[in-house]
Amino acid sequence: MVSMDDYGKFETAWCPGCGNFGILKAIKQALVNLGRSPHEVFIASGIGQSSKLPHYLKCNAFNGLHGRSLPPATGAKIANHELTVLAVTGDGDCYGEGGNHFLHTVRRNPDITMIVHDNQIYGLTKGQASPTSEMGMKTKVQTHGVFNMPLNPLSMAISLDCSFVSRGYAGNIPHLTKLIEKAIQHKGLSLVDVLQPCVSFNKLNTFKWYSERVYEMEETGYELNDRVKAFEKSLEWGDRIPLGVFYMNEKPSFENHLDVLIQGPLYKNVPKTELVNELIDGFV
Amino acid sequence: MKIDLNLKIGGAAGQGLQTTGMALAKALKKSGFHVFATQYYLSRVRGGHNTFQIRISDSPVFAMNENVDILLALDSASIEQHLSELSDGVVVVDSDEIEVKQTADSIFHVPMLKIAKDVCGDKIYSNSVSMGAVIGLLCLELSDLESILKTTFKKKGEEIIQKNIDAARAGYNYVKENYPGGCKFEISDSDEKENMMLVSGNEAVGLGALAAGVQFLAAYPMTPSTGVMTYVAANADKFNVVVEQAEDEIAALNMILGASFAGARSMTTTSGGGFSLMAEALGLASITETPAVIFLCQRPGPATGLPTMTEQGDLQFALYAAQGEFPRCILAPGTPEECFHLTAEAFNIADKYQIPVFVMSDQYLADSLFTCPRFDTSKVKVERHLLSDQELRTKKEEYKRYKLTPMGISPRTLPGQAGVLVVADSDEHDEFGHINETPENRIKMNDKRMKKLEVLREEMPAAKVYGNRDASVTLVGWGSTYGPLAEAVDILNDGGKSVNLVHFTHIHPLPVEATRKLLSKAKKTVCVENNSTGQFSRLLKVDAAINVTEHVLRYDGKPFSPEFIIAALKEKEVI
Repeated sequence: MVSMDDYGKFETAWCPGCGNFGILKAIKQALVNLGRSPHEVFIASGIGQSSKLPHYLKCNAFNGLHGRSLPPATGAKIANHELTVLAVTGDGDCYGEGGNHFLHTVRRNPDITMIVHDNQIYGLTKGQASPTSEMGMKTKVQTHGVFNMPLNPLSMAISLDCSFVSRGYAGNIPHLTKLIEKAIQHKGLSLVDVLQPCVSFNKLNTFKWYSERVYEMEETGYELNDRVKAFEKSLEWGDRIPLGVFYMNEKPSFENHLDVLIQGPLYKNVPKTELVNELIDGFV
Repeated sequence: MKIDLNLKIGGAAGQGLQTTGMALAKALKKSGFHVFATQYYLSRVRGGHNTFQIRISDSPVFAMNENVDILLALDSASIEQHLSELSDGVVVVDSDEIEVKQTADSIFHVPMLKIAKDVCGDKIYSNSVSMGAVIGLLCLELSDLESILKTTFKKKGEEIIQKNIDAARAGYNYVKENYPGGCKFEISDSDEKENMMLVSGNEAVGLGALAAGVQFLAAYPMTPSTGVMTYVAANADKFNVVVEQAEDEIAALNMILGASFAGARSMTTTSGGGFSLMAEALGLASITETPAVIFLCQRPGPATGLPTMTEQGDLQFALYAAQGEFPRCILAPGTPEECFHLTAEAFNIADKYQIPVFVMSDQYLADSLFTCPRFDTSKVKVERHLLSDQELRTKKEEYKRYKLTPMGISPRTLPGQAGVLVVADSDEHDEFGHINETPENRIKMNDKRMKKLEVLREEMPAAKVYGNRDASVTLVGWGSTYGPLAEAVDILNDGGKSVNLVHFTHIHPLPVEATRKLLSKAKKTVCVENNSTGQFSRLLKVDAAINVTEHVLRYDGKPFSPEFIIAALKEKEVI
């Protein structure tokens, strides 16, 4: 039996009251509920306060570069598809610096759970706008208020036909835990965009602001594979902000199309180097 | 060297230069000659003026020379631009199709299109007519070309094969009947047919990677590196390799780091522009101590530069790319055999030292075809340097990915094993891989990484000396220029000069002591490089305090020929 204690306790570099704590707890709880041992879990992360998360629980981790959590996560999944692979990232990391990887990883559809700490601000660099900041939000850089249209991660993912699209809230840990469990169990790329208040720099999207708006979608009112309906739902933002699974599309994962993985993890394959002589014959 | 002939095929992109050139090169190699073939092409799919050159000899050849003996002109630009390169040669041209303004005795009309239509009913067979004509001019038998045509068109079926053979025979017969004397160059099939390969540098790198047990290759296509990616992809199913075309070079290197971290032998392939994007992840490979093989195939820059031409302009960049100070290894093959063996070696060095390792080539080496002895796969060893299951089971303390050791190399194991957690970090970290920003830890970890460079330096072999050790002039070169340099040495020594070559394949970390020993004896040193600033010469100065006497540099996008080198040495009054 795996327990929360197996995932350990660590000191963190996060601000007191940060939404990241809720996400960390939900990830640990989801892994425990699914019976995953720490050594079976691999987390890739980028840069930002979110991306320090793998240091705060016991697991295999690759804390890489800003915006680049998805490529190493994909590489690791290809090398050893028996690992439970998570990519933990933030809105700046994933939708800004790593935007191109986001687009193409959705297209590639590896069996990875992508958890985005979406606090609509750059926390680590002390409060600049992020790709999801609301229009008009004033910062030390965006002194006249944000002019750039905020990116809607859910609509974008649905438009790309991402195979699992969901939204959680760092202030609702039980709900977020269930969401992460479903995302991990889903075969293919799963997006869990987590609304995460930044207590130090985002004075607009606070716990209070979210708590007054978020609601759990008990039943979405449409089949989860209805892309158009899901897109419509993803546009709901304002007085009411829906949480839950927006879209699900059962399609083969990237690893599925790699025949070589049927016999076992790639890294365990003994390379057929002796066949090189046959190739060389062709040049003689 | 009794036989030394140069065949140049000129024409526009899309005219079948490569098919014609490849088939002829293979047929001539099959006839037992040493063959060297190289291409000059522009960055376009159709049109322009490109060339495919084949040099044949009864002795090993690794470079182009500049005198043309047979010019197969598929467009009028071929005659305008290359007629002057002929001294006692022949121009094969279909004057029915191509306007020939020049009058010269060397111009020989072969109605290739008419023959193709008459014999095969379709003008598309005119390329095979031209191949037959060339074999006829060389006074060779047609049988080797016929067997090459059989394999070339194998997938297209018996009828197409037969038509191509008929076309070639008709071209051959036309020469026999119409060329004065029946043929131009009386050369006969050579005897050296055993165990020689005809292979390009890029294919040799691909073969080296497969021999080394590559399991994952992620790359973004970029000329002239793409050949390695496509070669490995073509054989991926057979060898159980996963090849993924990444969305960009940033993803490519980051992806192979993830795969390598999780245990797959991984490599990426790129050229300068793509490598610029990889610079960030290069540092990541080093601080996370994740093995990575980077095939860096140079072309002239900066930016897009001359995308289909050649240069050795990225050495300084590869040496210093990415922020901070960290160990890396640079290998630069000079021949296909070295492409094969150094690529395999790169994987072992990457795994042993847990660092990024470059195999540096360039368009000239990548795209040229060489005859060389069959690669000896028994010399390739796959050395993974991972903790064994036994060592893991009996370990006493908690596993430390970055354990401090006297050599700086930490025991490496893979994620996914019970009782072990593997943590890697791009931040400065402690022995477990967790972020640690204290000054004491920084110094320890930096020293640990840099120590690996010094240990590796001890392992790097000395440069090779070609020619007389006590020559009065020493040419110094690195990587792809080996062929033209070695040939220049031969020509000069045959002409009574005293010249040798010190050729470097293990570039960084430079084996300083061995290099000093080799070059301190040299009376006069001339560094020959395909760049404008003498980048390797600067490396010799900075790393080994060796001052090269003179430089021969070429940076017009073209490779060195022996003649170019000799002319430059004469101009500088070095010889």
